[in-house]
Amino acid sequence: MSSVPLEHVLVLAALLFALGVVALLVRRNAVFMLLAIEIMLNAAGLAFIAAGARWGQPAGQVMFVFILAMAAAEVAVGLALVIRLRRLFGTVDTDAAGEMKG
Amino acid sequence: MSDLLWAIPFLPLLGFVVLALAGRRLSRRAVAWIGAGSVGLAAVVALATAASFIASPPPSDAAVQALPSWFEVAGLSASFSLRLDPLATVMMLVVTGVGFLILLYSTEFMADDADFSRFFAYLDLFVGAMLVLVLASDLVLLLLGWEGVGLCSYLLIGFWYRDPANGRAARKAFVVTRIGDAALLVGMLLLFTHLGTLDIQELMTRAPAAWPVGSGTAVIAASLLLAGALGKSAQLPLQTWLPDAMAGPTPVSALIHAATMVTAGVYLIARTHTLFELAPPVLAAVGIIGALTLILAGFAAIAQRDIKRVLAYSTISQLGYMFVALGVGAWSAAIFHLMTHAFFKAALFLGAGAVILACQHEHDLYRLGGLRKRMPVTFWTFVASAAALAGVPLVTAGFYSKDLILADAWQHGAYWLWGAAWIGVVLTGIYTTRLVLLAFFGDVGIEPDRRPGARIAVPLIVLGVLSVIGGLVELPASLGGLHALSGFLAPSFAGPPPVAQAAAEPPVGTELVLEGLAALASLGGIALAWLWFSPSRHSQRTPRLPARVRELWASGFGFDRVYELAITRPFTALGIRNRNDVVDGLVRGVVALVRFGHREASATQTGRLRGYAAGVVVGAVVAVGLAAVVFVLVANKGAV
Repeated sequence: MSSVPLEHVLVLAALLFALGVVALLVRRNAVFMLLAIEIMLNAAGLAFIAAGARWGQPAGQVMFVFILAMAAAEVAVGLALVIRLRRLFGTVDTDAAGEMKG
Repeated sequence: MSDLLWAIPFLPLLGFVVLALAGRRLSRRAVAWIGAGSVGLAAVVALATAASFIASPPPSDAAVQALPSWFEVAGLSASFSLRLDPLATVMMLVVTGVGFLILLYSTEFMADDADFSRFFAYLDLFVGAMLVLVLASDLVLLLLGWEGVGLCSYLLIGFWYRDPANGRAARKAFVVTRIGDAALLVGMLLLFTHLGTLDIQELMTRAPAAWPVGSGTAVIAASLLLAGALGKSAQLPLQTWLPDAMAGPTPVSALIHAATMVTAGVYLIARTHTLFELAPPVLAAVGIIGALTLILAGFAAIAQRDIKRVLAYSTISQLGYMFVALGVGAWSAAIFHLMTHAFFKAALFLGAGAVILACQHEHDLYRLGGLRKRMPVTFWTFVASAAALAGVPLVTAGFYSKDLILADAWQHGAYWLWGAAWIGVVLTGIYTTRLVLLAFFGDVGIEPDRRPGARIAVPLIVLGVLSVIGGLVELPASLGGLHALSGFLAPSFAGPPPVAQAAAEPPVGTELVLEGLAALASLGGIALAWLWFSPSRHSQRTPRLPARVRELWASGFGFDRVYELAITRPFTALGIRNRNDVVDGLVRGVVALVRFGHREASATQTGRLRGYAAGVVVGAVVAVGLAAVVFVLVANKGAV
């Protein structure tokens, strides 16, 4: 079974991460910002998996499981925040919640 | 019994702490009990201590109660130890006894005041500090009491703080006495650097060993202590604060500005008399300052309109007598006059307070009058103590104490001082009689609307009686020759006798002539005042003098204006000029910089989540970029 070269996977992960960053910066909808963060997390997870496979170490997959658990927790909290945001401001537009400006 | 010595200052201080912490929640009744009761208890303990001290004098005539050390630094160890010797015993009895009577009086005088508990807290603190002052065994503890009474004086002069004038008077008193206090502190440091201790007893044994009579260091040290005493005892040239201090409630004037605190300077000089004996020029200066003060203040008292200011100038004048006595080395005569003065001046102030309270807080003598029939108790006690102040011969305490000072001055060959003091007796007779005539005789000015109750009447009567009989502890040779007080005080004033004291007792003939002259001066002054100010004679109220002289006297010889022009105005002008100097520029620059930074930093807090996220991204990119650059550089170096 021919393996995919590590470089290819890392390039894919970098692209995914850049996509997530751009999405995070351009979207104002809080739900989509959470999605963007998910994409960035998965890009990082992909890099771990590839590195683990390249050196035959289980640590890469272990890290990915950690990332999954962390992402689940993050989404739980994030969605709760989104609901509060909607209740308070009547919208999920993050720019509307700008009351804490100095 | 001297085991309980610590309790004497401690009880009033405890009263202060209780009133300061819980005074607002206590009823007026409870406040009065705690406030006056703590001092009353202290007076009882003091009486018992004094009784056992007199009954069985401890060895070397002083009981020291060693209390824990206060602090030790660089060889200076200050302790809370108290020392009871005959001088301290007399002072302690005067402070607690007169203090208790005045506190008792205050419970009625201040009954309607909104700040009842604050008043008693301050007074308790004052009595405690004063007792620390008189019982202290070293100068550091004495200074603690000295500053404590100064603080209480400030707090109580400005007690009715809603009137800015009272606050000004309080600040003036504090700042003027502080000039003296600073000198006292410098004097203490000088003594410490030269003699290596500040224990008073130790100082007084080391000083004569270290310095010959008239040595320069002794003169400087004694003058610095004298400056401290001048400030506290309101003598020339630092006397200007006392008349203004009358802004405080009348019991305060009676306790602090007549009976006790202002005598602290006299006490200090008597306490350190050994040092003053080593500095004859300073001792001479003490007498001259006292003589000048007593005459100037006597003239000023004649021209005052405010009943309390008459008494204030009179206090300055009587303190001048004590300084004259100190100046000729007649230590026990000074303390004797201090004691009788505490009795009759406290009685006069309390009497004036009763008048003021009854007449809607009117201080102006020209509007008062005719109170003789309306307030008989006040009138008779006032007359008794006024007679003591004027030194009416034979029947009053003031005669014996003042006569002793005059006799001692003559005996020590200080004829000029004697002459000044003699003129002072005439002046005292004049202003005292004028005061009594204006307040109690003639037409009724303001109808008194209340009668003094028992708590005002009892202290008045006790002090009035003491003004009459208080002098019987010390009688001149021609009148029985009783030396109870000076005999009791002798151990405190033992040691090498001053040069002047070597003079022999004058023959009885001379003494009788001197007494006759003093009696003549006193009665002459009274008669003169009766002629001038008797209400039957066209109600003349000030001496018939050119208006300019009268104004000069009324303003206390214009010292205030001179100080205003010579010191206050230039200082204020300098202060205003100096307001925008380089240092201020630096400080303002720092302020502006911090403000600018703050504004810029807070501008980044836009409240926009995406902005923050962009910041994180940019930061991450920069960090990773830097790491990459470093990595490449290190890798290249490794390759080379």
